[in-house]
Formats: sequence, structure tokens, C-alpha cells
Amino acid sequence: MRLASAFVAGLLFGSGLLLSRMTNPQNVLAFLDVAGAWRPALLYTMAAAVAVAAPAYWAARRSKQSLLGVPVELPDRFKFDIPLILGSAIFGVGWGLSGICPGPALLLLSRADRGAITFAVALAIGMVVADTWKRIRAAPRDAATAAVS
Amino acid sequence: MSVEQIPVWQSVLGGALIGAGAAVLVRFNGRVAGISGILGSLLQRDAGPGGWRIAFLCGLLLPALLLGPGVDRLDAPGLLLAAAGLLVGVGTRLGSGCTSGHGVCGIANLSARSLTATVIFMAAAMVTVFLARHRGVG
Repeated sequence: MRLASAFVAGLLFGSGLLLSRMTNPQNVLAFLDVAGAWRPALLYTMAAAVAVAAPAYWAARRSKQSLLGVPVELPDRFKFDIPLILGSAIFGVGWGLSGICPGPALLLLSRADRGAITFAVALAIGMVVADTWKRIRAAPRDAATAAVS
Repeated sequence: MSVEQIPVWQSVLGGALIGAGAAVLVRFNGRVAGISGILGSLLQRDAGPGGWRIAFLCGLLLPALLLGPGVDRLDAPGLLLAAAGLLVGVGTRLGSGCTSGHGVCGIANLSARSLTATVIFMAAAMVTVFLARHRGVG
């Protein structure tokens, strides 16, 4: 059941990305180009997505368990740190250069052309590098915690 | 590829489907539908019982696979795509989220953290596009 619901969730998400035409980087860049021929389509898509998801999140915040009895795991809503700010800025530069974020990057792979593969491989390398760096940076603290307990 | 004139109903319905996907995942699986988080965890193999991640990705990719060549092709230079992919990969993992995790799920969860991230990555992207298109940088 848990796998089925996750599959359905992915199916809805992927269909929405395709229907909204946000897999075409030019449509994304047209939203980001505020000094040019600006197009609001991305804003309509995002606003609709937030509006539909918000009641579900409201309900999820009020229950420890999901409808299938799995513990609800939601991130901290008020934690601000340097990695959040720095990482988001770095992501923004990459997004602005290409018009591609991780979701569309995966869908574009279905064509299996060179551009899509280049982006996806670089994306994976970047993710592993950042996660490895985060782990190394956290390691001394983890060791200290382990020593105490 | 060039910019398309997208009917408002299509943007809104597409967005509603994305939101419905996020809603199903959080209500039934108790998880955030953040693509960079799901991908990053799979690449780390530290995720614990993570079958839901694979199932989500299979569902996510199925419609595009059915479309096959109908999906958009990228005609940007390879070097630009490689550099952008690297920045998006590093940035989304360092910042713990992307357009889906922070932009859709986080804001729907009324998270000040995600709203901050979204404002920053959108501003950075807008400045980047401005410099590239209107100031001839890059």
C-alpha cells in the first residue's frame, strides 16, 4: 500500500510537470526574465500546487501518523542557517543558467539525448559532493556525541 | 525549444496535479515530495527503508517515458548544462531542497525556512538570467 501510494503520488506529480510545460526550460526562463518578455505561467503552476497541497500539510502537521500508519516526517519550519542560504543561492544560479531544476531534469532524461544526460550526470555529481561535504563537516560532532553517550 | 503561450487553465491544472501528488505523499506516506531530497537520499544509500522513494520516482517518470521523444529536448551547449547541473546538485543538497521541496511542499507547509529558501533561489535565478540576457555576461 505504501509503495502504491508513493507511486500514485509520483504519477500525479510527473503528469502535472508535463502538463504545466515546465519541462521546457524556455518557459521557466521566461518567468525568471523579469526585465524581458516576462511570463507568469510558472507562478500560476506553483500557486495552484501550493493551494492543493496546503490542506494536506495542515492535516499532516496535526497527526503523528499518516493515513497508512507511517510516522509523519516533516522538516523544521523555522531553522535558518548558512547552508540553507548559501545552497539556495547556488541552486538559483544553476537554475537561472539552464532553466532546469531536479524534477524536470529527471523527466527530460526520458528522451535520453546528450543534453539531458549531461545535466543529470552533473546534477548527481553535485549532489554527492555536497552530501559528502556535509557528512565530513558533521563527523567530528557525531564522534563527540558518540563519546558522550 | 522556444517559449510557449501556455493557457492559464493548463498552468493551473498542471500545478494542481503537482500539488495533489505532494498531498498524497504527505498524507499516505508522511513524506515531503522533494525531488532533490529523494534523489540525494538514493545516491547516499543511507535512507533506511526507502522503497517509497523508488516507487515515487517510477510514478514520476512513467508519463514522460510514455511520451518518449515527445518530451522537450535540450539545445543549450553541453558545457553550460554541465556547469548548471553541478550548481543545481550542490545547491539543492546544501540548501536541503529545490523547487518541489521548498517551493511547493515547504510553502504549503507554511515553513518560514522554505519560504526563505524559495525567495533566495528565485532572486538568484532572476539575477542570473538578467546578467546573462541583458548585460551580456556569459
